[in-house]
Amino acid sequence: MTDSTVTTVKASKVAPSRLQLALRKPGFMIGVIIIGFSTLLAVFPSFFAPYDPNFIDYLAVRQAPSWAHPFGTDMLGRDALSRVIHAYSVNMQMAVLATVFALTIGVVVGALVGYYRGVADMIFGRVVDAIITFPFLVLVIAVVAVLGPGLINMYIAITVVGWVYYARLMRAEVIAQMGNDYASAGIVMGYSDRRIIFRHLLPNAITPVIVYWMTDMALAILLGSSLGYLGLGAQPPQAEWGVLISEGRNFITTAWWLSLMPGIAIVITGLGFSLIGDGLADLLRPRG
Amino acid sequence: MAGLQYVLKRLALMVPTFILVMIIIFLLVRLLQGDPAIAIAGDKASDADLAAIREKLGLNDPLLVQFWLFFTNTLQGDLGRSIMMRTSVSSVILERLPTTGFLALFAVTLSLFIAGPLAFVAALNRGKWPDTVIRTVFQVGLSMPVFYIGLILLTFLAAQLRWFPVGGSGDGFFGQLYFLFLPSMTVALYTSAIIMRNLRTSIIEVLDAEYVQFARAKGLPTRLILGRHVLRNALISTITLLGLSIGNLMSGTLVTETVFAVPGLGRLMLEAIFARDYPLIQGLTLTFAVLVSIVFLLTDLFQSLLDPRMRLT
Repeated sequence: MTDSTVTTVKASKVAPSRLQLALRKPGFMIGVIIIGFSTLLAVFPSFFAPYDPNFIDYLAVRQAPSWAHPFGTDMLGRDALSRVIHAYSVNMQMAVLATVFALTIGVVVGALVGYYRGVADMIFGRVVDAIITFPFLVLVIAVVAVLGPGLINMYIAITVVGWVYYARLMRAEVIAQMGNDYASAGIVMGYSDRRIIFRHLLPNAITPVIVYWMTDMALAILLGSSLGYLGLGAQPPQAEWGVLISEGRNFITTAWWLSLMPGIAIVITGLGFSLIGDGLADLLRPRG
Repeated sequence: MAGLQYVLKRLALMVPTFILVMIIIFLLVRLLQGDPAIAIAGDKASDADLAAIREKLGLNDPLLVQFWLFFTNTLQGDLGRSIMMRTSVSSVILERLPTTGFLALFAVTLSLFIAGPLAFVAALNRGKWPDTVIRTVFQVGLSMPVFYIGLILLTFLAAQLRWFPVGGSGDGFFGQLYFLFLPSMTVALYTSAIIMRNLRTSIIEVLDAEYVQFARAKGLPTRLILGRHVLRNALISTITLLGLSIGNLMSGTLVTETVFAVPGLGRLMLEAIFARDYPLIQGLTLTFAVLVSIVFLLTDLFQSLLDPRMRLT
């Protein structure tokens, strides 16, 4: 007891680093723990899952939760807990693959049009206006409809629509950074455009984009599971939360746990990303 | 008249955006779907049939000519014929539009009733337990997919307790009110989470503003300050946010309609996709875009009406 008080007093004499500040926030810590554990489940699902997620047992169909099957069994007698755990691989993969390409394209395009402005910027403005005129889901569904259902096509569709949001954010931030002295200094010193954009402007302008990325990963899981539920994303028998909820829907009055549990997994994971996003927003905000 | 000038300028800006919207839809369907003639006539159609359909639809013309045809037809309200419904796309859409419109308006009303009072309670108790509880609940709500919220309501309030019907859209105003209550509630729970956060912040901002501090110092009763200043300002920002979240609202409606089997535009869109009914998908995508841009326009006009500072930018 006394020992710990002494150490905290000592530590507070030195200005705490940003990381230390962040780790003191319970919300951010909970977020890190949730996403850390989710990542573990996603990478090693077989280690945590008690059964093979695709093992069919017609003698144990739609059993209620028990010690042997904590989440019960589904309409083919597959262990529901193992299927929810194996779905972590697919849904956590969604959080990354549905956002990372949009992020990359958006950051590069946003930085370029923000730096050069001119005609490219005007065209960009119209394209943004046109794409945000469509409800996000409608446009994604339309692209999936044209390409055909499935995970890969879903990633393509979300990227095609989603890059705009990153680009818009990046453009605004680059324009704001251009007003600073260091940008003018770079230009006066004759640095190449590429050096100014990617070495100087981009690292300074990327903070809000990273914060948005965390929120977007939560959104990607929501969107991905929605498409799975609608039959346009991951396809059965693959275990994916939206697909699992959709499979359980037909037995919702008799075997409600089949749909309930994957939904709880979605909520917890989404919450994890949001908490990290909020924490990062505080952490990366310029101090002064 | 500065106001009229603003409206005209705003309308003029919509023209290039809309041409681009049409180009996106046109390219989406024409370039990626393969041969529309096969989609219309089916896999077993003879070559002669396919050639006839191609000729009729103008598929042999250059792409630019095809786009012009699509563009002029659309402006005249001709969206082609639905493969699945065997009637004109525009009549199918017009038939389903009122249901979706009712659902969306109902949802917006409900979400204002949910988010409004709670945002006030949270803002007035900033940092205390009611604020924490309300914010936590809405944070969890934001992490829930719409279809999941819908399924929970459907299971407990419709299937188990039998308070509400499990599907359909009902007849007449009160019938719709009853049938569409749960679907609207589903969308409302989702949109109110978006509104609540913003409304709370904007109420706090107004409460901290100097003119409100001054009104307090002057000794104006709290009720008057809340009514005159806080509510008015908070309302402007909320309606703006609602207008800008119309895309989210439409996305939510689409999913909800499938969960509750509501015969609206969203469910039609999914049916069209599974039936590979490209003219219908094209028409619906355009309809959604038109709806969103009308709401964007109204939001802008509303904002410039209530807040003259907006007209200058």
